[in-house]
Formats: sequence, structure tokens, C-alpha cells
Amino acid sequence: MNKVILVRYGEIILKGLNRPVFEDKLIGNIKSAIFKFGKVKVIKSQGRIYIEPQEENYDFDAVLLKVAKVFGVVSVSPVWKVETDYETIKATSLKMASKLVEEKGYKTFKVETKRGNKRFPMQSPEISADVGGFILENIEGLSVDVKNPDFILYLEVRESTYIYSETIKAQGGMPLGSNGKAMLLLSGGIDSPVAGWMMGKRGVEIEAVHFYSYPYTSERAKQKVIDLARIMAQYCGKIRLHVVPFTEIQLKINDNCPEEQLTIIMRRIMMKIAEQIAEKVNAMALITGESMGQVASQTMQSLYCTDAAVNMPVFRPLIGMDKVEVIEIARRIETFDTSVLPYEDCCTVFVAKHPQTKPKLEKIIKSESVVDFEPLINTAVENTEVIIIKP
Amino acid sequence: MNNEIYLDNSATTKPYDEVIEYVAKVSREFYGNPSSLHTKGIESENLVKKARSQIAQALKVDSKDICFTSGGTESNNLAILGYLKANPRAGKHIITSEIEHPSVLEVYKQLAKDGYRVDFMPVDSDGVIKLDVLKDMISEETSIISIIHTNNETGSVQPIEEICNLRRKLCPNAVIHVDAVQAFGKTVINPTTCNVDLMSFSSHKIHGPKGVGGLYIRKGLRLKPVLIGGGQESALRSGTENVPGICGFGLAAEITFAKLDDNYKKAKELRNHFVKRINETFPDAVVNSPHSASPYIINVSFPNLKSEVLLHHLEQKNIFVSTGSACSSRKAHHSHVLKAMGVSPKYIDGAIRFSLSHSNNIYEMDKTIEALNEIIPIISIKRGGKR
Repeated sequence: MNKVILVRYGEIILKGLNRPVFEDKLIGNIKSAIFKFGKVKVIKSQGRIYIEPQEENYDFDAVLLKVAKVFGVVSVSPVWKVETDYETIKATSLKMASKLVEEKGYKTFKVETKRGNKRFPMQSPEISADVGGFILENIEGLSVDVKNPDFILYLEVRESTYIYSETIKAQGGMPLGSNGKAMLLLSGGIDSPVAGWMMGKRGVEIEAVHFYSYPYTSERAKQKVIDLARIMAQYCGKIRLHVVPFTEIQLKINDNCPEEQLTIIMRRIMMKIAEQIAEKVNAMALITGESMGQVASQTMQSLYCTDAAVNMPVFRPLIGMDKVEVIEIARRIETFDTSVLPYEDCCTVFVAKHPQTKPKLEKIIKSESVVDFEPLINTAVENTEVIIIKP
Repeated sequence: MNNEIYLDNSATTKPYDEVIEYVAKVSREFYGNPSSLHTKGIESENLVKKARSQIAQALKVDSKDICFTSGGTESNNLAILGYLKANPRAGKHIITSEIEHPSVLEVYKQLAKDGYRVDFMPVDSDGVIKLDVLKDMISEETSIISIIHTNNETGSVQPIEEICNLRRKLCPNAVIHVDAVQAFGKTVINPTTCNVDLMSFSSHKIHGPKGVGGLYIRKGLRLKPVLIGGGQESALRSGTENVPGICGFGLAAEITFAKLDDNYKKAKELRNHFVKRINETFPDAVVNSPHSASPYIINVSFPNLKSEVLLHHLEQKNIFVSTGSACSSRKAHHSHVLKAMGVSPKYIDGAIRFSLSHSNNIYEMDKTIEALNEIIPIISIKRGGKR
């Protein structure tokens, strides 16, 4: 008997002739997610992926959690693999059932069989009934409940036979890198990491840009963004974080533009800088954590103005979500506790008392024209610090 | 770092070189557990004894009255909780001030939830408690009064002796606990002359190592431990003694107390000079620390700016200070001390604490004024809309 990990994937099964491309991408991502845990064989077979450790003392629990974080994986199960020989199947099934009863205190069960190997002489229901009976005879206090059992013992009879009970739900989505690359505007708040994660889940490779206004914001605000990127990297793989020195531009806006337009003009300049950096690294879109109507700079009119600042598509995966829904995801992906640390871009030096909620694009462009932002933007882009963040 | 100007000595101090060397020596050579029966253990035990007597001499008390802890927070917790646990028949009424350090304030808030009647003494605009209010508060039922000797944010000093006298007249059974963390090693405090029962102090505020502190406990006063275990520190504070830390603390106390008067004079000169320069250079600024405060702490409010922004700009010039309150858009955490003194929110937002040590000098104070003069015009929030 060998312990292996069964990985199921979803959506990419539906792909046509490109399917192998996606599958290979997924396998590559799984391999790189778990390579540090030791040598494994990764086998693709009949729409499934099997991870077979080639070492003793393999840390199954850690690897299961790790693989469950790989985008494109729908679920994972720790599986016992045995040769397709009926006596062996029976004995191993009993062993697994005893282990579960002992560890979890289960009282009821049923057996479900899928016979993919049609050369095997018994049919699926027959195998289920017989193995179930064998387990009942040998474990005291256990009974069968086909409607709502404490556990189901799954038998998959193929070239080899796979026996398992436990399934860990994973994230679904598309394999990372199967859908190009985009640049995430990462602020340190609750929303932007979630937006990055959602796009990553659709197979988009993520790089991030952060605008840093030292000494108006603290060193800790930057550290917080690095920490957030590190949490995201567990899902999205290596993230290149571009930290843009933004103080001078903010001061320029503050000194020369009407107060109620500060925020919207700042957003537009941020977008322009992000776009330039995106072009440099061959990213094809921008991602923001904006959500319709959440704050003044996220009204329909404001979004119209920020979009107009760039030519690239801007993805806003949270656009139709409520804050509560965003927080729920943030908690699940474990960015929430870091996001709510109180030293965000806290200092309100650059925030108007009443920012405009319905800016007019032509007026904004007019206000902007007072300052020649282009050289400032170029300088900011040139002086951007790149931090490579590994999972 | 050369040419840095460190004005955040109320947060922590730079350890003396002698202390660093001594801590390293003790760690290297005397690694025995003081509880061990062999020579190694006895050596360590003797070093702890020596440190205890250094602290006791500094406070002019008996060695037996000193209990070592992990610092000011633990000393405060042990004093209050330890006393109340050991004296369940003492009254259910307790008194503290509105301007205590969180390690006292939060304990009292917890006790209020646990059924104690807690009174918080208000303070005047100098941050000093009003004795007549205290007089009204004290009752037969009062079991403990906690008061901070020198406030950590403004340096305001409380009339400890008068408080002890009031207690003697009105409620002789109440005990008085003084949080002397910011006063220890800076001004003469002597628990026996003013009849204080419990007094907390901390090593890292007097150029000793971090993670060590102490509690003075008047003879005959019963406390129950908060940390329970092997019975170290006369069963008041279990856990293997932090021998190197305690030794460093003892040495730091000896060095500090030997120069206490000279240092105090110097701090006073620096403070007076600095405050004068602040008033001359920034007519809008308000010095929140009263003249009667400890000269080591100078709290100043600059209106129309965010103190954190000023802090980072000073930091760029290698000058290190603290804000009077954390500024955050998410939760407007206002300094409870300045609020209790009646400082308006506008001034609390721009509060900066400059805190001194013996190693600061006039030149550094002038450099700081110069730096402020460069920074403040740049970062002041301009009022009004279009410019």
C-alpha cells in the first residue's frame, strides 16, 4: 500500500484541444508549490492528478493544505493506493475504516465504489456490499447508514485501486499564469489583496504596485504591504512588488489643485504610473479593489475619471460586492488581520474634508493641467524599488 | 549611528556600555540557575542578591522588600492584582487617576467589570490630580489607591506625600501603589519617607536591559502571586530569574543614582532652554507639560499638523521622538492623558513628546528646533479650499 494524494480539477476539463496546455500549467504550479517538501512523482491520469511521494516520512498534512491553495484545484484527498486485487482491497478498506472509527469516533458508514476497470470481475454495487459487509463483521459498534453516514469509504477500481474517505475542498479557478499578467494596485487596505486573489484565481499572474508617501506615512505601512503580498504569494506564487515613491507628487497635487479634487487627481496619477510599470513588465491590465459607491473616489463618475487616465483595461473584481462579502473572503484567505493594522496611509494630510463625489472629467483634466506631471511620473517610475516576494 | 539625536527616552533608553558588557559577561560566565544546589547555581544566586541590594540602596529600602519582575507592566499588575487577591476582606472600592499608564488603567477597567467600585481621579490642566476631589472619593471602603508619580506622556508629577497624608487621616487601611517607572532614577523617590506601600519601576527606562523591572513591597504587606510556579522571588513571582537582565538592571541603577542630582540639573537646563526656544520660534505651539513637570519629558502640541507626519520628517533628519497619540484614520485614538488635561482635539492631533536623558545636550536641542523650523511650514495643513 502506498499513500498518495489525489488532486481533482474542474473547469479546465471543459477545455477543448487546449486542455493539455492548462493541465500542464496546473501540474507545473502544483510541483512548484510542493517541491520543498521532498521528491514526488506527479501523474496525470483520466482527468485526475496523483501525487506520489518518493520519500519516507512525507508530510502529507502540510502538502494537502498547500495543494488546496493552488488555483485550478477543486479538491484534494489523501488516498491509499493498492494493487487491484480483491483480497488486498478488502483488507485495506477494513484498515482504513478501523483507523477512522478509532480516530474520529464514527458510528455509521457506507461504501461507494467506482469501477473504472471493466476487466475487474465484480460490479460496483457488488463490491460495495461485500466490502461493507466485511467491515461490519470486523468492527464492533459500527453500522451502515446509506442516507446520512458519518463517513463514506470510496473505492476507485482502476489499473490500481484507490481507497479514501476524506476530501478537502480547494479554491477552484484556473491555473495561475494561464491567463496572462496584470498589475494590482495594492494599498494595504482590506479590498486590494482580495481583488488580487480573485484575479489570481482566474489564472492571472499578479504583480503589485504600492504608492509610498514617506515620511507622510510610516515605514510600517510599507512593511504591512510587504506582509500582505507575502500572504497573497501563497496563492499567487512569487509576486514582484513595485514600491513607488509618491510623496513629491502628492505634495504637488496638494499645493496646486483644488482641495475637493485631490483624491480623484491622485487616483488618476496612480493609474498612470501603474500603467507605465505594467507596460514595462508586459502586464496587460490593471487590477484595483474598487467597489461601486464604497467611497467618494469609487462613485460611477469618479471611476469614469480614473479609467479615462489609462488605456489599459482596468479590472475591478469587487465592483459588485458589499464590504461584508469582501471581508468574508479576506478572512478566508487570511489577509484580513494584516489589512486592519492601524497604520495604513493614515495621515490625512492629503485628504479633503469633502472630496467631490461627482467629478467632471473635463474639469479634472483642466485642474491637472496646472502642473506638468509627466516628468514627475517618469521620475517616480525610475525610482521605483522592486521587492521580490516569495511564498 | 552617529549624529542621531535620540529624544525618545521615555519609550526606552540606550543601555550604558558598562551594562551591555556586564550582561554579556554574566550570560557567558554565570549561566547557572539560581535555584540549582551546586556552585554554578550559588554563583548566580549571589549575583541576583547583589543586584537586589543595588536596587534597594537606590531606593533606601531593605533588599527583602524588592521583588524582580519582567518590567513595569508586570510590576503594576502584580501590585494591584496581587494585593486584592491576598486581601479579599479589603473594601471593594479602589481609586486611580485618569492619566495612568495602560498597565494600571486597563487592570482597573477589568476590576470594574469584576464588581469593584472604581473611581478615576480627574486632573487639572497641568495634569495634576485635585486633592479635594480625592478627599471626597476616599471612603472607609477604599482598599487601594494607584497613582502614577511622573506621567509618561507629559511628565506631570503627582503630590504623592499629600496623597499619603490624606490616606492616613481618612482611610488608614488603604494601600498606596505608585507607578514610578518614569520617576525612578530621575528624581529622589523614597517609598519609606512618604509611606508608599507598593512602587513599580523598570530597568529599560534607566539605561538598563529590557524585560526587567521591580516592585517595592512594604514589609508586612501580603501579596498573592500573579505568576504561579516554582516559587522564585519569595514565591511572589515564579519563573527562573533573568540573571543577566537583573544584573544589568542593578548596575544601571547604581550608575544612574550616583549621578541623579547632576543629571536632573542638566535636564532642567535643557528643558528650560528648549521650551524657551519653542515659545520663541513657534508662537502657535502649546507646551502641554507644566513647569512643575519632570524636566525629562516635554510634550508640545503643534496645531494644524498630524504628529505622525512630523515624527517621520524628524526621523528623516535622524531625530527620534514620539507622538502624543497614534494617528489613524481608522480609529481616532486620542491620548487619554491630554484629553484628561482638557487639551482640545486639534492640539492632541499634533502632540509630540520629546523625552531626554543625561546624554542629550544643548546643541542637540537647538538642532531639533532648527529641524522643526524647516519641517513645520512644509507639513502644516493648509485650511480652505482652492489655493
